[in-house]
Parts: sequence; C-alpha cells; structure tokens
Amino acid sequence: MIAHSLFFYFFSFIAIISAIMVTASKNTVHSVFFLILDFISISCLFIMIGAEFLGMIMLIVYVGAVAVLFLFVVMMLNVAQQNSELIQKNNKYTHLPIGLIVSLIIFFELIIVIGGWKFKPDIISSNYISINSNITNTHSIGNVLYTDYIHLFQLSGIILLVAMIGAIVLTFKKRSGIKRQSYIEQISREKSTGVSLIDVESNKGVNIDD
Amino acid sequence: MDNIYHYLNLLFIESYKILFLLIPILVTVAMIVWLDRRVWALVQKRRGPNVVGPFGLFQSLADALKYIFKEIIIPASSNKVIFILAPVTTMTLALIAWAVIPFDVNFVLADINVGILYLFAVSSLGVYGIIMGGWASNSKYPFLGAIRSAAQMVSYEVSIGIIIINVLLCVGSLNLTDIVLAQKKIWFIFPLFPMFVIFFISALAETNRPPFDLPEAEAELVAGYQTEYSGMMYAMFWLGEYANILLMCALGSILFLGGWLSPINIYPFTIIPGTLWLIFKILFLFLMFSLVKAIVPRYRYDQLMRLGWKIFLPFSLFWLVLTSSYLYYFNLLPTN
Repeated sequence: MIAHSLFFYFFSFIAIISAIMVTASKNTVHSVFFLILDFISISCLFIMIGAEFLGMIMLIVYVGAVAVLFLFVVMMLNVAQQNSELIQKNNKYTHLPIGLIVSLIIFFELIIVIGGWKFKPDIISSNYISINSNITNTHSIGNVLYTDYIHLFQLSGIILLVAMIGAIVLTFKKRSGIKRQSYIEQISREKSTGVSLIDVESNKGVNIDD
Repeated sequence: MDNIYHYLNLLFIESYKILFLLIPILVTVAMIVWLDRRVWALVQKRRGPNVVGPFGLFQSLADALKYIFKEIIIPASSNKVIFILAPVTTMTLALIAWAVIPFDVNFVLADINVGILYLFAVSSLGVYGIIMGGWASNSKYPFLGAIRSAAQMVSYEVSIGIIIINVLLCVGSLNLTDIVLAQKKIWFIFPLFPMFVIFFISALAETNRPPFDLPEAEAELVAGYQTEYSGMMYAMFWLGEYANILLMCALGSILFLGGWLSPINIYPFTIIPGTLWLIFKILFLFLMFSLVKAIVPRYRYDQLMRLGWKIFLPFSLFWLVLTSSYLYYFNLLPTN
C-alpha cells in the first residue's frame, strides 16, 4: 500500500500545483498547458481508484478534444502581447468579489456533499445501483446508463446537439464576393469544357475570369 | 523491509520488460524508415538508399549518427521550455502506446481492460507534440503547419473513434486480447470491409502521411512544424512520427486482420508463431502506407476537411447503425 499512497500524493500534488499555476501563470498558453497537466493527473487519480473507463474518457474528451480547442483559441493571441503584462497591469482586484462568491458557493456545496456522505451515507447511496464487482466498470456504467437513465442520457445528448447547432447558426454568415469551390463542377470537368482555343486579336487580350 | 524488496523486484522486472519491448520497436522504426525510402524509390524507378551496408540497410543508423552529432539550434525568440518539450512529447507518446499491444496470448506488457481506449487516448494526445512545436517556434510556417495538423488530427480522430465502436459492437469488450480472440471465426476485415478502408485512410491522415501530409507540405510551408528544429530534436520528431505509423498499422491489424491469429487454422500455417504473424500483418499494412505515399498526389486542404467531416463521418455513422441493427436483429450481440 505504500506505493499506492505515494502515487496518490504524487498525482494529487501535481494536480493542485498545476491548478494553481493555471491561474497564476502570466502566459495564457502556459495556463492551458497547466490545465492539460491537471486533467492528466486527475485521470491518473481516476485510474488509481479503479475507474479506468472514466480516466480514459477524461483523457480522450478533455485532453484530446476540449483542451485542443482551448489551445486553438489562445494560440491565436500574439505572443509578444502576452508577455507584456498588459492584461494584468491595472484593475488587478476588480474581479476579486465575484471570484470570492463563486469559490465560496463551490466550497459550501462541497461541504454539503462531503458532510452528507460522511455522516449519513444512506441519503446519497441510491437503491437502484447495485455494484457487481465481477464485471468491469465499463460494463457497470453501461448497464446503468442505458437502462435506468436512458432518457436522461438521450436528453443530455440532445442538449449538446442543440448547443452545437445554435453555435453554428449564430456564427454562420453568408458572405458574398468570395470564390467558392464546387466539387461536382471540378470533378465533372472534361477536356471539351476545360480547354478552349481562342483566336486572340493582337493588342486586345482575353478576359480569363469567366 | 520485505515489502521494499518486493517493490524493487517488481520494478526491476517491469523495467526489463519495457526495455525489451522498446529496443526492438526503435530498431524496427529505423528499419521501416529504410523500407519506406526503398519502396518509394522503387515505385519511381530509382535505387533509393543502397550504399551503407548490404542493400543500404544501415542507412538509418548512419542518419541517426549524423543527427546526434549535429548542433541543436534553438531560435532566440522561441519559447524554450515548450520548444524542447515538443519532440520529447511526440516521441514519448508514440512509445508508451505500445504497452498495450498484444503480440500473442499473454504476451503483452499491460493487459488492461480498456486497452483500446488507452490507445485512442494516447493517439489523441499525439497532437500536442505538434501544436507545442509549432507554437513555441514563434515563426509563421511552423505555426500554420501546427494549426493545420491539429485540425486534421482532431477531425480524423472522430471517424477513427466511430470505426472502433463498430468493431467493439462485434466484440463486446474493450480489451485488445479479447478483440483478437473474437476474430477466431472470421477476421473483421470481411464483414466490416468498408470500415477497414475508412480506417486505413483515416490512419494516413492521423499520422500526417502523404497524401494528407499537409502540415509539412514543403511547397507551401517549408517543413511545417519541424521547420525550426535541428539535430537530435528533429530526429526525435521523425522517430515519433514513424513509431506512430507503426502503431497505427498494429492497431489496424489487431482490429481488422486478426492480430496474431494465422489466416487459416491448419497445419503449415499454425507452426509459425503468432508474433510473427502479427509482424507480417504490420509490415503488410506499412507496405501499403508507403505505396500510397509513392503513388497518390497531395490533397488540397479544404478537400481533406470535406472528406473527413462530410463523407467519412456520415458513412461510418451509417455503418454503425447498420452493424448494430444487424447484430440486434439476428441476436448476435455479444453478452457477458
């Protein structure tokens, strides 16, 4: 068990340090990299308690997809501008009250959940879920998710779909005056339509744009 | 005290195993670089590398020596830590994925329950090496190459994921050994042939191989995200890239070509050990990779994106519905 607890402290130490560094580092790209480190160490913690499916999904979804999009956005900012501390220069403390309120709410929520779990375990433990240790946790998650909670699961999928379509509709803009690629046209082009011989009059030239 | 000896013993045995997995892989990577160049040359009626050693076999070794003795140049305006970390990340991620590849029954470093998810996670992390390299170089071409590469890898990951779900529906387990053993009756390439084709093309795009090598399209971007790298750091990018290609070939042979299983279960085929069969299959897939490189011209970037999102994704989703309906209708869904 010594090795187990050693690894636990190792990963949680890295998780906490990198979580602090996400907010503390001045370079935004560095913050995203620390966020990725945080995700990875938390997925290691998941794997250590035996929730290997959750750990891997954490890696695939958060690190493999979400954090890449974060990086995409953040990388577009100018590097020189990021180093010039322009962002942190003035009004350092204006965001403090809101941040304090949010963190207090999260703190009390955690206290309620952990306190309830510690002192009255039967409130939280649900009677529907019977844990069968013979099957892998991928199977047990599937058994619960696709039987008892199938409607909620589908509903959350639909909400995500609606959010995606909404984002596309909000940002989609039909622009005029740009050249569009038409694949059908490009593929179905033949020699007879693609090449034409023109008698060019001297000193006149031809218009090739049409 | 006994406990600590036990741990040390375990550590020693595991490191020994890891070493004996990594060294053959690195040697194989060096060899397939040579093979790739030879095949490429043969298609174009050239000779290819044939001077160093018999048939030029030691060419990669000579190249490696050259890279080791070259000076590593770090651009002054680069972000130094991330610049150095990028090739290290690429190489590490390409090598740690091999931990779960089963070479035979019980001949695997880590036989974990979620092996295929682990492989998928590691290959989706692979994009970070390229983004880090491109961004930290702080120069135009590497940055453009990195952005292209990230978009490309994220897009094709989606279709690879759905193809993997197709296979998993037929297996009922995420363990790679189970996936191979489920193909004892019939390799999945036969019922899922269109998925194999899409997997092969997506693997080409995922590993930035021609015809999808847009991140390093030399006509447009010099060398993409590798432009500012030199010496050993460039070689590490290169090694990581080829190790990733080999990994994709291994994944393809495990998912569709029956892993270590022999094609026909009768006498002359069964003497050959399973590990050799897996190696044959990996080499066969790699040969196809290098033939594609030699034959097919490079895609345009918008066509690449269109192929990923508008053709592969809907088609593999359709095939997913088809597979699951078929399995459900004929009551073939695996249960355990």
